[in-house]
Amino acid sequence: MTKNPAKKEQFVKLVLVAFALSSLLFLFLIFIFILFEGLPLFHKVGLKNIIVGSKWAPTKGFFGIYPMIVSSFLVTFGALVIGAPMGLSCAIYLSEYSGKKMKMFLKPALELLAGIPSVVYGFLGVIYIVPLIRNYIGGSGFSLLATSIILGIMILPTIISISFDSLMSVPKTYREGSFAMGATKWQTIYKVVIPAARSGILASFILGMGRAIGETMAVIMIAGNALRIPTSILDPLRTLTGNIALELAYATGDHRLGLFSTGVVLLVIIMILNYVANFGIKRKM
Amino acid sequence: MVRRFGIIAVAIATLLISCSGKPADRTKKDKHTITIAGSTSVMPFTEKLAEHFMIDNRKFVIDVQGGGSTAGIQACLNNTVSIGMSSRELKEEEKMLNTIIICYDGITIVVNPKNPLKALTLQQASKIFSGEITNWDQLGWINRKIDAVTREEGSGTRGSFEELVMKGNEIDDGIMVQDSNGSVKEVVATDPYAIGYISLGLADQRVRPLTINGVIPSIRSIKAGRYKIVRPFIYVTNGELDADGRKFVNFVLSKDGQNILKKEGLVGFYD
Repeated sequence: MTKNPAKKEQFVKLVLVAFALSSLLFLFLIFIFILFEGLPLFHKVGLKNIIVGSKWAPTKGFFGIYPMIVSSFLVTFGALVIGAPMGLSCAIYLSEYSGKKMKMFLKPALELLAGIPSVVYGFLGVIYIVPLIRNYIGGSGFSLLATSIILGIMILPTIISISFDSLMSVPKTYREGSFAMGATKWQTIYKVVIPAARSGILASFILGMGRAIGETMAVIMIAGNALRIPTSILDPLRTLTGNIALELAYATGDHRLGLFSTGVVLLVIIMILNYVANFGIKRKM
Repeated sequence: MVRRFGIIAVAIATLLISCSGKPADRTKKDKHTITIAGSTSVMPFTEKLAEHFMIDNRKFVIDVQGGGSTAGIQACLNNTVSIGMSSRELKEEEKMLNTIIICYDGITIVVNPKNPLKALTLQQASKIFSGEITNWDQLGWINRKIDAVTREEGSGTRGSFEELVMKGNEIDDGIMVQDSNGSVKEVVATDPYAIGYISLGLADQRVRPLTINGVIPSIRSIKAGRYKIVRPFIYVTNGELDADGRKFVNFVLSKDGQNILKKEGLVGFYD
Protein backbone atom coordinates (compact mmCIF):
# COMPACT_ATOMS: atom_id res chain seq x y z
CA MET A 1 0.00 0.00 0.00
CA THR A 2 2.87 2.32 0.77
CA LYS A 3 3.98 2.02 -2.82
CA ASN A 4 1.01 3.95 -4.07
CA PRO A 5 0.63 7.14 -2.01
CA ALA A 6 -2.44 8.29 -3.94
CA LYS A 7 -4.28 5.08 -3.16
CA LYS A 8 -3.29 5.28 0.48
CA GLU A 9 -4.63 8.81 0.68
CA GLN A 10 -7.85 7.62 -0.85
CA PHE A 11 -8.07 4.74 1.60
CA VAL A 12 -7.50 6.93 4.64
CA LYS A 13 -10.10 9.37 3.43
CA LEU A 14 -12.61 6.58 2.95
CA VAL A 15 -12.06 5.24 6.47
CA LEU A 16 -12.43 8.69 7.98
CA VAL A 17 -15.62 9.37 6.07
CA ALA A 18 -17.04 6.04 7.18
CA PHE A 19 -16.37 6.83 10.84
CA ALA A 20 -17.66 10.37 10.49
CA LEU A 21 -20.89 9.12 8.98
CA SER A 22 -21.27 6.39 11.57
CA SER A 23 -21.50 9.00 14.32
CA LEU A 24 -24.28 10.64 12.35
CA LEU A 25 -25.87 7.24 11.99
CA PHE A 26 -25.90 6.83 15.76
CA LEU A 27 -27.63 10.17 16.17
CA PHE A 28 -30.15 9.15 13.57
CA LEU A 29 -30.75 5.76 15.19
CA ILE A 30 -31.23 7.28 18.64
CA PHE A 31 -33.68 9.75 17.20
CA ILE A 32 -35.65 7.10 15.34
CA PHE A 33 -35.63 4.77 18.33
CA ILE A 34 -36.94 7.36 20.78
CA LEU A 35 -39.60 8.55 18.37
CA PHE A 36 -40.60 4.99 17.56
CA GLU A 37 -41.06 4.15 21.24
CA GLY A 38 -42.42 7.50 22.35
CA LEU A 39 -44.87 8.49 19.65
CA PRO A 40 -47.44 5.67 20.04
CA LEU A 41 -48.43 7.06 23.42
CA PHE A 42 -48.90 10.55 22.01
CA HIS A 43 -51.25 8.95 19.56
CA LYS A 44 -53.04 6.98 22.25
CA VAL A 45 -53.35 9.54 25.03
CA GLY A 46 -53.20 12.69 22.96
CA LEU A 47 -50.49 15.33 22.72
CA LYS A 48 -52.47 17.78 24.80
CA ASN A 49 -52.99 15.38 27.70
CA ILE A 50 -49.26 14.71 27.86
CA ILE A 51 -47.82 18.20 27.34
CA VAL A 52 -50.28 20.21 29.43
CA GLY A 53 -51.66 17.43 31.63
CA SER A 54 -50.74 18.13 35.23
CA LYS A 55 -51.14 14.64 36.70
CA TRP A 56 -48.51 11.93 36.34
CA ALA A 57 -49.73 8.53 37.51
CA PRO A 58 -48.76 6.23 34.66
CA THR A 59 -49.98 3.04 36.29
CA LYS A 60 -53.42 4.67 36.55
CA GLY A 61 -53.43 6.10 33.05
CA PHE A 62 -52.37 9.71 33.66
CA PHE A 63 -49.36 10.86 31.66
CA GLY A 64 -49.26 14.62 32.20
CA ILE A 65 -45.69 15.93 32.24
CA TYR A 66 -46.48 19.64 32.37
CA PRO A 67 -45.12 20.03 35.94
CA MET A 68 -41.88 18.39 34.88
CA ILE A 69 -41.50 20.60 31.80
CA VAL A 70 -41.99 23.67 33.99
CA SER A 71 -39.61 22.27 36.63
CA SER A 72 -36.95 21.50 34.05
CA PHE A 73 -37.05 25.10 32.84
CA LEU A 74 -37.07 26.42 36.41
CA VAL A 75 -33.89 24.56 37.37
CA THR A 76 -32.29 25.54 34.08
CA PHE A 77 -33.14 29.18 34.67
CA GLY A 78 -31.93 28.88 38.26
CA ALA A 79 -28.66 27.35 37.08
CA LEU A 80 -28.23 30.22 34.65
CA VAL A 81 -28.89 32.84 37.31
CA ILE A 82 -26.09 31.32 39.37
CA GLY A 83 -23.75 30.10 36.64
CA ALA A 84 -23.93 32.86 34.03
CA PRO A 85 -22.51 35.80 36.04
CA MET A 86 -19.82 33.61 37.55
CA GLY A 87 -18.91 32.05 34.22
CA LEU A 88 -18.87 35.29 32.30
CA SER A 89 -16.77 37.03 34.95
CA CYS A 90 -14.30 34.19 34.85
CA ALA A 91 -14.13 34.29 31.06
CA ILE A 92 -13.57 38.06 31.05
CA TYR A 93 -10.84 37.75 33.66
CA LEU A 94 -9.16 34.98 31.69
CA SER A 95 -9.23 36.75 28.37
CA GLU A 96 -8.63 40.37 29.43
CA TYR A 97 -6.83 40.53 32.76
CA SER A 98 -4.97 37.35 33.63
CA GLY A 99 -1.36 36.84 32.75
CA LYS A 100 0.02 33.81 30.94
CA LYS A 101 0.86 31.99 34.16
CA MET A 102 -2.59 32.41 35.65
CA LYS A 103 -4.15 31.23 32.41
CA MET A 104 -1.91 28.16 32.40
CA PHE A 105 -3.20 27.33 35.83
CA LEU A 106 -6.88 28.27 35.50
CA LYS A 107 -7.69 26.67 32.15
CA PRO A 108 -6.73 23.10 33.12
CA ALA A 109 -8.45 23.56 36.49
CA LEU A 110 -11.68 24.49 34.72
CA GLU A 111 -11.35 21.55 32.38
CA LEU A 112 -11.05 19.37 35.44
CA LEU A 113 -14.30 20.85 36.72
CA ALA A 114 -15.94 19.69 33.49
CA GLY A 115 -14.54 16.21 34.00
CA ILE A 116 -15.96 15.57 37.46
CA PRO A 117 -18.73 12.96 37.16
CA SER A 118 -22.20 14.30 37.85
CA VAL A 119 -22.81 11.73 40.58
CA VAL A 120 -20.01 13.39 42.55
CA TYR A 121 -21.72 16.76 42.25
CA GLY A 122 -24.95 15.13 43.39
CA PHE A 123 -23.21 13.55 46.34
CA LEU A 124 -21.70 16.87 47.40
CA GLY A 125 -25.14 18.39 47.08
CA VAL A 126 -26.71 15.78 49.34
CA ILE A 127 -23.95 15.94 51.92
CA TYR A 128 -23.38 19.71 52.10
CA ILE A 129 -25.81 21.90 50.22
CA VAL A 130 -29.06 20.16 51.16
CA PRO A 131 -28.39 20.20 54.95
CA LEU A 132 -27.14 23.81 54.76
CA ILE A 133 -30.37 24.91 53.12
CA ARG A 134 -32.47 22.85 55.55
CA ASN A 135 -30.73 24.24 58.62
CA TYR A 136 -30.31 27.89 57.63
CA ILE A 137 -32.99 28.69 55.09
CA GLY A 138 -35.78 26.16 55.60
CA GLY A 139 -37.70 23.37 53.93
CA SER A 140 -36.35 19.88 53.53
CA GLY A 141 -33.31 21.11 51.62
CA PHE A 142 -34.14 18.97 48.61
CA SER A 143 -35.23 21.89 46.53
CA LEU A 144 -35.14 24.09 43.49
CA LEU A 145 -32.47 26.18 45.21
CA ALA A 146 -30.12 23.25 45.90
CA THR A 147 -30.53 21.95 42.36
CA SER A 148 -29.92 25.38 40.84
CA ILE A 149 -26.74 25.84 42.83
CA ILE A 150 -25.30 22.47 41.82
CA LEU A 151 -26.33 22.85 38.18
CA GLY A 152 -24.99 26.40 38.17
CA ILE A 153 -21.58 25.03 39.12
CA MET A 154 -21.87 22.22 36.60
CA ILE A 155 -22.50 24.53 33.65
CA LEU A 156 -19.57 26.83 34.52
CA PRO A 157 -17.03 25.06 32.28
CA THR A 158 -19.34 25.24 29.26
CA ILE A 159 -20.06 28.94 29.77
CA ILE A 160 -16.46 29.85 30.53
CA SER A 161 -14.82 28.01 27.66
CA ILE A 162 -17.20 29.22 24.96
CA SER A 163 -17.40 32.81 26.25
CA PHE A 164 -13.62 32.82 26.57
CA ASP A 165 -13.19 31.70 22.97
CA SER A 166 -15.54 34.34 21.69
CA LEU A 167 -13.90 37.07 23.77
CA MET A 168 -10.49 36.00 22.49
CA SER A 169 -11.70 36.13 18.91
CA VAL A 170 -12.50 39.83 19.20
CA PRO A 171 -9.71 41.44 17.12
CA LYS A 172 -6.99 43.21 19.02
CA THR A 173 -7.49 46.31 16.90
CA TYR A 174 -10.90 46.88 18.53
CA ARG A 175 -9.27 47.15 21.93
CA GLU A 176 -6.41 49.29 20.66
CA GLY A 177 -8.86 51.60 18.96
CA SER A 178 -10.79 51.98 22.17
CA PHE A 179 -7.67 52.64 24.23
CA ALA A 180 -6.58 55.22 21.65
CA MET A 181 -9.86 57.05 22.25
CA GLY A 182 -8.88 57.32 25.91
CA ALA A 183 -11.17 54.60 27.29
CA THR A 184 -10.12 52.74 30.41
CA LYS A 185 -9.71 48.99 30.41
CA TRP A 186 -13.11 48.33 31.96
CA GLN A 187 -14.79 50.80 29.61
CA THR A 188 -13.18 48.97 26.72
CA ILE A 189 -14.37 45.60 27.94
CA TYR A 190 -17.83 46.82 28.76
CA LYS A 191 -18.44 48.98 25.70
CA VAL A 192 -16.39 47.27 23.01
CA VAL A 193 -15.27 43.71 23.71
CA ILE A 194 -18.45 42.30 25.23
CA PRO A 195 -20.78 43.74 22.57
CA ALA A 196 -18.46 42.38 19.88
CA ALA A 197 -18.50 38.92 21.47
CA ARG A 198 -22.18 39.08 22.37
CA SER A 199 -23.48 36.31 20.16
CA GLY A 200 -20.79 33.90 21.32
CA ILE A 201 -21.55 34.70 24.95
CA LEU A 202 -25.26 34.15 24.37
CA ALA A 203 -24.48 30.86 22.66
CA SER A 204 -22.47 29.81 25.72
CA PHE A 205 -25.47 30.54 27.94
CA ILE A 206 -27.77 28.54 25.70
CA LEU A 207 -25.39 25.58 25.55
CA GLY A 208 -25.10 25.82 29.33
CA MET A 209 -28.87 25.63 29.47
CA GLY A 210 -28.75 22.52 27.29
CA ARG A 211 -26.29 20.97 29.72
CA ALA A 212 -28.45 21.87 32.73
CA ILE A 213 -31.71 20.63 31.26
CA GLY A 214 -30.10 17.33 30.28
CA GLU A 215 -28.40 16.67 33.61
CA THR A 216 -29.88 13.69 35.41
CA MET A 217 -27.93 11.95 38.14
CA ALA A 218 -27.09 14.98 40.26
CA VAL A 219 -30.63 16.27 39.86
CA ILE A 220 -32.29 13.07 41.05
CA MET A 221 -30.12 13.11 44.14
CA ILE A 222 -30.94 16.65 45.26
CA ALA A 223 -34.19 17.76 43.62
CA GLY A 224 -36.52 15.72 45.87
CA ASN A 225 -38.45 14.58 42.78
CA ALA A 226 -41.92 15.62 43.94
CA LEU A 227 -44.49 15.75 41.17
CA ARG A 228 -45.90 19.22 41.81
CA ILE A 229 -44.77 22.51 40.31
CA PRO A 230 -42.73 24.19 43.06
CA THR A 231 -44.29 27.30 44.57
CA SER A 232 -41.10 28.49 46.25
CA ILE A 233 -37.40 27.97 45.71
CA LEU A 234 -37.40 25.68 48.76
CA ASP A 235 -39.90 23.20 47.29
CA PRO A 236 -38.82 19.89 45.79
CA LEU A 237 -39.39 19.31 42.10
CA ARG A 238 -38.97 16.70 39.37
CA THR A 239 -37.32 17.30 36.00
CA LEU A 240 -37.96 15.47 32.73
CA THR A 241 -34.64 13.64 32.89
CA GLY A 242 -35.20 12.77 36.53
CA ASN A 243 -38.56 11.28 35.71
CA ILE A 244 -37.08 8.91 33.15
CA ALA A 245 -34.18 7.75 35.29
CA LEU A 246 -36.24 7.46 38.44
CA GLU A 247 -38.94 5.22 37.08
CA LEU A 248 -37.27 3.29 34.29
CA ALA A 249 -36.32 0.35 36.45
CA TYR A 250 -39.88 -0.61 37.29
CA ALA A 251 -41.75 0.56 34.24
CA THR A 252 -43.63 -1.75 31.88
CA GLY A 253 -46.25 -1.32 29.18
CA ASP A 254 -47.73 2.16 28.90
CA HIS A 255 -45.68 3.37 31.85
CA ARG A 256 -42.53 2.62 29.88
CA LEU A 257 -43.94 4.30 26.78
CA GLY A 258 -44.76 7.31 28.96
CA LEU A 259 -41.10 7.59 29.89
CA PHE A 260 -40.13 7.49 26.23
CA SER A 261 -42.65 10.26 25.55
CA THR A 262 -40.89 12.24 28.24
CA GLY A 263 -37.73 11.55 26.27
CA VAL A 264 -39.30 12.84 23.05
CA VAL A 265 -40.26 16.13 24.72
CA LEU A 266 -36.77 16.45 26.16
CA LEU A 267 -35.21 15.75 22.77
CA VAL A 268 -37.31 18.43 21.09
CA ILE A 269 -36.40 20.99 23.77
CA ILE A 270 -32.68 20.23 23.50
CA MET A 271 -32.81 20.34 19.69
CA ILE A 272 -34.40 23.78 19.81
CA LEU A 273 -31.78 25.02 22.28
CA ASN A 274 -28.91 23.69 20.17
CA TYR A 275 -30.40 25.15 17.03
CA VAL A 276 -30.74 28.56 18.65
CA ALA A 277 -27.17 28.38 19.96
CA ASN A 278 -25.77 27.42 16.56
CA PHE A 279 -27.76 30.14 14.91
CA GLY A 280 -26.29 32.63 17.36
CA ILE A 281 -22.74 31.54 16.62
CA LYS A 282 -23.18 31.44 12.87
CA ARG A 283 -24.63 34.88 12.58
CA LYS A 284 -21.46 36.27 14.02
CA MET A 285 -19.14 34.52 11.60
CA MET B 1 10.80 3.79 19.02
CA VAL B 2 10.87 3.46 22.77
CA ARG B 3 7.49 5.14 22.94
CA ARG B 4 5.98 2.79 20.43
CA PHE B 5 7.32 -0.18 22.36
CA GLY B 6 5.74 1.24 25.50
CA ILE B 7 2.37 1.52 23.84
CA ILE B 8 2.55 -2.06 22.58
CA ALA B 9 3.55 -3.31 26.02
CA VAL B 10 0.59 -1.54 27.62
CA ALA B 11 -1.76 -2.92 24.98
CA ILE B 12 -0.55 -6.48 25.54
CA ALA B 13 -0.78 -6.12 29.29
CA THR B 14 -4.35 -4.81 28.98
CA LEU B 15 -5.25 -7.70 26.74
CA LEU B 16 -3.79 -10.24 29.17
CA ILE B 17 -5.54 -8.73 32.15
CA SER B 18 -8.89 -8.55 30.40
CA CYS B 19 -8.58 -12.15 29.21
CA SER B 20 -7.62 -13.61 32.54
CA GLY B 21 -10.47 -11.86 34.31
CA LYS B 22 -13.15 -13.15 31.99
CA PRO B 23 -15.88 -14.88 33.99
CA ALA B 24 -16.95 -16.99 31.03
CA ASP B 25 -13.68 -18.91 31.21
CA ARG B 26 -14.36 -19.95 34.75
CA THR B 27 -17.99 -20.82 34.28
CA LYS B 28 -17.55 -22.88 31.15
CA LYS B 29 -15.65 -25.84 32.50
CA ASP B 30 -17.34 -27.37 35.49
CA LYS B 31 -19.15 -24.44 37.08
CA HIS B 32 -22.89 -24.24 37.47
CA THR B 33 -24.28 -20.78 36.88
CA ILE B 34 -27.58 -19.47 38.18
CA THR B 35 -28.70 -16.00 37.14
CA ILE B 36 -31.18 -14.17 39.35
CA ALA B 37 -32.60 -10.68 38.78
CA GLY B 38 -35.40 -8.45 39.99
CA SER B 39 -36.60 -6.49 43.00
CA THR B 40 -34.03 -4.24 44.63
CA SER B 41 -35.73 -5.02 47.96
CA VAL B 42 -35.05 -8.75 47.65
CA MET B 43 -31.64 -8.40 46.02
CA PRO B 44 -29.47 -7.75 49.10
CA PHE B 45 -30.94 -10.79 50.86
CA THR B 46 -30.53 -13.01 47.80
CA GLU B 47 -26.92 -11.87 47.61
CA LYS B 48 -26.38 -12.89 51.24
CA LEU B 49 -27.99 -16.25 50.60
CA ALA B 50 -25.91 -16.75 47.46
CA GLU B 51 -22.71 -15.97 49.35
CA HIS B 52 -23.47 -18.63 51.93
CA PHE B 53 -24.60 -21.10 49.30
CA MET B 54 -21.42 -20.67 47.30
CA ILE B 55 -19.23 -21.35 50.33
CA ASP B 56 -20.64 -24.88 50.58
CA ASN B 57 -21.08 -25.37 46.85
CA ARG B 58 -17.86 -24.21 45.29
CA LYS B 59 -18.83 -25.18 41.77
CA PHE B 60 -21.78 -22.81 41.74
CA VAL B 61 -21.68 -19.26 40.49
CA ILE B 62 -24.75 -17.23 41.34
CA ASP B 63 -25.19 -13.98 39.49
CA VAL B 64 -27.59 -11.65 41.32
CA GLN B 65 -28.81 -8.46 39.65
CA GLY B 66 -31.31 -5.71 40.51
CA GLY B 67 -33.60 -3.92 38.11
CA GLY B 68 -36.87 -4.05 40.01
CA SER B 69 -39.69 -6.55 40.48
CA THR B 70 -41.26 -5.93 37.10
CA ALA B 71 -37.97 -6.17 35.25
CA GLY B 72 -37.16 -9.41 37.09
CA ILE B 73 -40.51 -10.93 36.17
CA GLN B 74 -40.09 -9.84 32.55
CA ALA B 75 -36.59 -11.31 32.41
CA CYS B 76 -37.96 -14.55 33.81
CA LEU B 77 -40.72 -14.62 31.18
CA ASN B 78 -38.09 -14.14 28.47
CA ASN B 79 -35.95 -16.89 30.01
CA THR B 80 -32.99 -14.50 30.31
CA VAL B 81 -32.72 -15.35 34.01
CA SER B 82 -33.51 -18.61 35.71
CA ILE B 83 -35.05 -16.99 38.79
CA GLY B 84 -36.82 -13.65 39.03
CA MET B 85 -37.20 -11.79 42.35
CA SER B 86 -40.37 -9.93 43.20
CA SER B 87 -41.42 -7.93 46.23
CA ARG B 88 -45.05 -7.75 45.13
CA GLU B 89 -47.76 -10.24 44.19
CA LEU B 90 -47.94 -11.17 40.52
CA LYS B 91 -50.37 -9.33 38.26
CA GLU B 92 -53.01 -11.20 36.23
CA GLU B 93 -50.92 -11.33 33.06
CA GLU B 94 -47.92 -12.71 34.96
CA LYS B 95 -49.78 -15.53 36.67
CA MET B 96 -48.41 -18.25 34.37
CA LEU B 97 -45.11 -18.11 36.25
CA ASN B 98 -44.43 -20.39 39.19
CA THR B 99 -44.05 -18.53 42.46
CA ILE B 100 -42.06 -19.54 45.52
CA ILE B 101 -42.57 -17.43 48.62
CA ILE B 102 -39.18 -17.33 50.34
CA CYS B 103 -40.13 -15.15 53.32
CA TYR B 104 -42.21 -12.20 54.47
CA ASP B 105 -41.07 -8.64 54.93
CA GLY B 106 -42.61 -5.86 56.96
CA ILE B 107 -42.73 -2.34 55.65
CA THR B 108 -41.91 0.02 58.46
CA ILE B 109 -42.65 3.71 58.67
CA VAL B 110 -39.51 5.44 59.89
CA VAL B 111 -38.59 8.85 61.25
CA ASN B 112 -35.35 10.50 62.27
CA PRO B 113 -34.08 9.48 65.74
CA LYS B 114 -34.35 13.15 66.81
CA ASN B 115 -38.10 13.03 66.26
CA PRO B 116 -39.95 12.45 69.58
CA LEU B 117 -42.93 10.84 67.85
CA LYS B 118 -43.25 7.17 68.79
CA ALA B 119 -46.57 6.00 67.42
CA LEU B 120 -48.92 6.48 64.52
CA THR B 121 -52.26 5.01 63.64
CA LEU B 122 -52.68 3.50 60.20
CA GLN B 123 -55.09 6.31 59.45
CA GLN B 124 -52.62 9.02 60.43
CA ALA B 125 -49.96 7.37 58.27
CA SER B 126 -52.34 7.36 55.34
CA LYS B 127 -53.22 11.02 55.94
CA ILE B 128 -49.55 12.07 56.04
CA PHE B 129 -48.87 10.54 52.66
CA SER B 130 -52.13 11.73 51.10
CA GLY B 131 -51.26 15.30 52.08
CA GLU B 132 -53.99 15.83 54.67
CA ILE B 133 -51.55 16.06 57.57
CA THR B 134 -48.68 18.31 56.50
CA ASN B 135 -47.35 19.78 59.74
CA TRP B 136 -45.71 18.07 62.70
CA ASP B 137 -47.83 20.14 65.13
CA GLN B 138 -50.87 18.19 63.93
CA LEU B 139 -49.16 15.18 65.50
CA GLY B 140 -48.20 16.98 68.69
CA TRP B 141 -44.67 18.09 67.85
CA ILE B 142 -43.27 21.47 66.73
CA ASN B 143 -44.70 23.72 64.05
CA ARG B 144 -42.68 22.47 61.10
CA LYS B 145 -43.64 21.09 57.71
CA ILE B 146 -43.45 17.31 57.40
CA ASP B 147 -40.85 16.21 54.84
CA ALA B 148 -42.53 13.01 53.70
CA VAL B 149 -40.64 10.74 51.31
CA THR B 150 -42.22 8.11 49.12
CA ARG B 151 -40.94 5.69 46.47
CA GLU B 152 -41.33 6.09 42.72
CA GLU B 153 -44.30 4.90 40.72
CA GLY B 154 -43.98 1.20 39.86
CA SER B 155 -41.81 0.25 42.85
CA GLY B 156 -42.85 -2.93 44.63
CA THR B 157 -42.50 -1.30 48.04
CA ARG B 158 -44.69 1.61 46.96
CA GLY B 159 -47.23 -0.81 45.48
CA SER B 160 -47.48 -2.70 48.77
CA PHE B 161 -47.62 0.54 50.75
CA GLU B 162 -50.47 1.89 48.62
CA GLU B 163 -52.36 -1.34 49.06
CA LEU B 164 -51.74 -1.88 52.78
CA VAL B 165 -51.62 1.67 54.17
CA MET B 166 -53.20 4.08 51.69
CA LYS B 167 -56.10 1.74 50.91
CA GLY B 168 -57.32 3.57 47.87
CA ASN B 169 -56.22 7.08 48.85
CA GLU B 170 -53.66 8.54 46.52
CA ILE B 171 -50.16 9.52 47.56
CA ASP B 172 -49.91 13.30 47.26
CA ASP B 173 -48.01 14.82 44.33
CA GLY B 174 -46.15 17.27 46.54
CA ILE B 175 -44.34 14.51 48.42
CA MET B 176 -40.67 13.84 47.76
CA VAL B 177 -39.78 10.77 45.75
CA GLN B 178 -36.63 8.64 46.06
CA ASP B 179 -35.81 5.65 43.93
CA SER B 180 -34.60 3.06 46.43
CA ASN B 181 -34.96 1.90 50.02
CA GLY B 182 -31.44 3.15 50.61
CA SER B 183 -32.15 6.68 49.37
CA VAL B 184 -35.32 6.93 51.47
CA LYS B 185 -33.36 5.80 54.51
CA GLU B 186 -30.62 8.32 53.74
CA VAL B 187 -33.11 11.20 53.58
CA VAL B 188 -34.83 10.16 56.82
CA ALA B 189 -31.50 9.61 58.58
CA THR B 190 -30.24 13.09 57.70
CA ASP B 191 -33.42 15.18 57.87
CA PRO B 192 -34.90 15.47 61.41
CA TYR B 193 -38.32 16.36 59.98
CA ALA B 194 -38.57 13.55 57.44
CA ILE B 195 -40.80 10.50 57.43
CA GLY B 196 -40.62 7.61 55.00
CA TYR B 197 -41.26 3.91 54.64
CA ILE B 198 -38.70 1.18 54.02
CA SER B 199 -38.28 -2.56 54.24
CA LEU B 200 -38.12 -3.66 57.88
CA GLY B 201 -35.03 -5.72 57.11
CA LEU B 202 -33.16 -2.56 56.11
CA ALA B 203 -34.06 -0.42 59.12
CA ASP B 204 -31.05 0.22 61.38
CA GLN B 205 -30.20 2.56 64.23
CA ARG B 206 -29.91 5.57 61.90
CA VAL B 207 -33.70 5.66 61.59
CA ARG B 208 -36.47 4.93 64.08
CA PRO B 209 -39.44 2.68 63.21
CA LEU B 210 -42.82 3.92 64.48
CA THR B 211 -45.40 1.69 66.07
CA ILE B 212 -48.52 1.40 63.95
CA ASN B 213 -51.82 1.12 65.83
CA GLY B 214 -49.70 0.41 68.90
CA VAL B 215 -47.85 -2.52 67.38
CA ILE B 216 -44.05 -2.46 67.12
CA PRO B 217 -42.88 -3.66 63.72
CA SER B 218 -40.77 -6.73 64.46
CA ILE B 219 -40.39 -10.30 63.39
CA ARG B 220 -42.41 -11.44 66.37
CA SER B 221 -45.36 -9.09 65.78
CA ILE B 222 -45.44 -10.02 62.11
CA LYS B 223 -45.40 -13.73 62.95
CA ALA B 224 -48.22 -13.25 65.41
CA GLY B 225 -50.20 -11.48 62.72
CA ARG B 226 -50.46 -8.27 64.73
CA TYR B 227 -48.33 -6.07 62.48
CA LYS B 228 -50.29 -5.69 59.27
CA ILE B 229 -48.01 -3.94 56.79
CA VAL B 230 -46.45 -7.11 55.45
CA ARG B 231 -45.66 -8.34 51.96
CA PRO B 232 -44.19 -11.54 50.57
CA PHE B 233 -40.76 -11.84 48.97
CA ILE B 234 -41.16 -14.11 45.97
CA TYR B 235 -38.94 -16.02 43.59
CA VAL B 236 -40.58 -16.63 40.23
CA THR B 237 -39.60 -19.26 37.70
CA ASN B 238 -40.74 -19.92 34.18
CA GLY B 239 -41.83 -23.57 34.21
CA GLU B 240 -39.87 -26.14 36.22
CA LEU B 241 -36.50 -25.07 37.58
CA ASP B 242 -33.41 -26.95 36.44
CA ALA B 243 -31.44 -29.00 38.95
CA ASP B 244 -29.01 -26.17 39.76
CA GLY B 245 -31.75 -23.67 40.43
CA ARG B 246 -33.68 -26.16 42.53
CA LYS B 247 -30.64 -26.80 44.66
CA PHE B 248 -30.35 -23.10 45.45
CA VAL B 249 -34.07 -22.68 46.15
CA ASN B 250 -34.00 -25.72 48.43
CA PHE B 251 -31.14 -24.09 50.32
CA VAL B 252 -33.12 -20.85 50.64
CA LEU B 253 -36.12 -22.69 52.04
CA SER B 254 -34.00 -24.89 54.32
CA LYS B 255 -33.47 -24.12 57.99
CA ASP B 256 -30.02 -22.68 57.27
CA GLY B 257 -31.28 -20.40 54.55
CA GLN B 258 -34.24 -19.21 56.57
CA ASN B 259 -31.96 -18.51 59.53
CA ILE B 260 -29.88 -16.22 57.36
CA LEU B 261 -33.03 -14.33 56.36
CA LYS B 262 -34.14 -14.15 59.97
CA LYS B 263 -30.82 -12.62 60.99
CA GLU B 264 -31.41 -9.95 58.38
CA GLY B 265 -34.72 -9.02 59.96
CA LEU B 266 -37.06 -10.90 57.65
CA VAL B 267 -39.77 -13.35 58.63
CA GLY B 268 -39.11 -16.90 57.53
CA PHE B 269 -40.95 -20.15 58.01
CA TYR B 270 -39.11 -21.48 61.08
CA ASP B 271 -38.84 -20.13 64.57
